[in-house]
Amino acid sequence: MFNTIGEIILLFTEFLRALPRAWRERQKVYEQLYEIGNASLLMACILSIFIGGVIALQTGPVLVERGLSNAIGGLVGLSMCKELAPVMMSVLIAGRIGSAMTAEIGSMRVYQEIDALRTMNINPVTYLVLPRLIAISIALPTLVVFSVLVGWMGGGLVSVYNHSISITFEAYFNNLSEMVDLKDVLNGLIKSFCFAVIIGLVACQQGFETIGGPRGIGRSVTKSVVNAIVSILILDYFLTRLLLFMDNKP
Amino acid sequence: MSTSAPQHTNVGLTVGELHKSFAGVPVLKGIDLTVAPGELFVLMGPSGSGKSVLLRHLIGLEKPDLGEVKINGRSIDDEALRDECRMAMVFQSGALLNSLTVGQNVGLYLSEHRLLPAEEIEQVVAEKLEIVGLKGQEDRPVSELSGGMRKRVAIARALVMEPHLILYDEPTSELDPLSALTIAEEIVELNRRTGATSVVVTHDRDLGLGIADRIGILFDGELLQVGKPEEIRNSNHPLIKKFLGVDFRLTNTNR
Ligand SMILES: Nc1ncnc2c1ncn2[C@@H]1O[C@H](COP(=O)(O)OP(=O)(O)OP(=O)(O)O)[C@@H](O)[C@H]1O
Ligand SMILES: [Mg+2]
Repeated sequence: MFNTIGEIILLFTEFLRALPRAWRERQKVYEQLYEIGNASLLMACILSIFIGGVIALQTGPVLVERGLSNAIGGLVGLSMCKELAPVMMSVLIAGRIGSAMTAEIGSMRVYQEIDALRTMNINPVTYLVLPRLIAISIALPTLVVFSVLVGWMGGGLVSVYNHSISITFEAYFNNLSEMVDLKDVLNGLIKSFCFAVIIGLVACQQGFETIGGPRGIGRSVTKSVVNAIVSILILDYFLTRLLLFMDNKP
Repeated sequence: MSTSAPQHTNVGLTVGELHKSFAGVPVLKGIDLTVAPGELFVLMGPSGSGKSVLLRHLIGLEKPDLGEVKINGRSIDDEALRDECRMAMVFQSGALLNSLTVGQNVGLYLSEHRLLPAEEIEQVVAEKLEIVGLKGQEDRPVSELSGGMRKRVAIARALVMEPHLILYDEPTSELDPLSALTIAEEIVELNRRTGATSVVVTHDRDLGLGIADRIGILFDGELLQVGKPEEIRNSNHPLIKKFLGVDFRLTNTNR
């Protein structure tokens, strides 16, 4: 495990060293962005509607019973943007995009394509990791903004149309905009940016480490997704602590 | 890579006491070899004798357990050396980038290093594809190609680099005799025209004896003999005699 962490840190420093060439590689970044968007947008939309909906469904009736129906909007709004959207979208992207990255780089490794790059004096980190890592760190926060908005809608729909909640859209969104600050949304974006870097690094590192044939690729993909999700959930706790600490400082 | 860097048109290769094991199994057992600048060196030997592994060492893809590979007296790991002298390898499997088209593969070196504008790259690519008999196939995805076509694209990709040192791993193994002859001619042509030091791994006796300046015979991780084609042809070594004397008229068939 420590070996893997070391390799990831090493890969990250190589990535940072290659970063000045990012502008030259922008075409590849666009291609990656397009692929990520294509693969995840619809799924993100469906997922977010239901996540927002289920929070309203779980908390709404309880709050209404206690005469706190005007707190539903704020509750859904805050939990969506500070916690659920960043984490759920990251998990989605780890499964959907991280796995594809590992599979692609892994098969390039196994079929000697990466060796071929080396013989042409093309740095595999610049050629493969740089565009992917940049694209994922742009795409994931963007996806989170999208997910937050859709999630709020989902919560609103349930709050209005569920019989045991039945509040108005106005009440829901008034409360939401009262409770949620821009700062809270930024909070979630910072988190998701960190998660994106983790997903990209874990996926690429696992890809490079692949040995053996198709079975080796399968093993790498599984490891990449599991490692990424575990790291996200652990990191989430500590990032939350850190961000709360920063919040409380005047 | 900048064009102002000192260019080695003559690249000599020295291998000293090279040892390599995989998971405790020795594959190369002390290889000593010198390839002179501009020489066309052919490496032959049975399947599994370590030819591909040796070739990977020559271009720095594999780290030796013991011993060293030097280019013009400098270690192959020297980063500056890689910028100064261009080294190309034609992999046994081709190792084309599967996500790219034929043309993008062939032009990859030029486009990634921004050596030429796009239109000129297209020209060079078309020219090299014609040499290997794949004229007008630029836009086909690599995944559609047959084994022999892949190998020829890989050769075109190496030719584009105008290398100082070029390593071919069985360049003709999947080709029909006529295409093989074309490729063999191109290997010699490149060697004569640009003085590119060339190392060719092959199973093809006639090809090897026909084009080589010198031949090395590798058996089970050891170089049995190195010499001019006539010396190898007239070798007294029993293993080499047997290896080169194989005849496909089978002796014990019922037909
Ligand atoms: N990455 C590796 N890991 C473990 N063993 C390896 C590896 N690469 C090569 N070998 C072993 O090294 C030996 C020599 O392999 P090599 O590919 O050099 O043979 P070769 O002479 O090129 O054969 P062929 O003519 O069939 O291509 C084989 O026994 C092979 O199993
Ligand atoms: Mg081989």
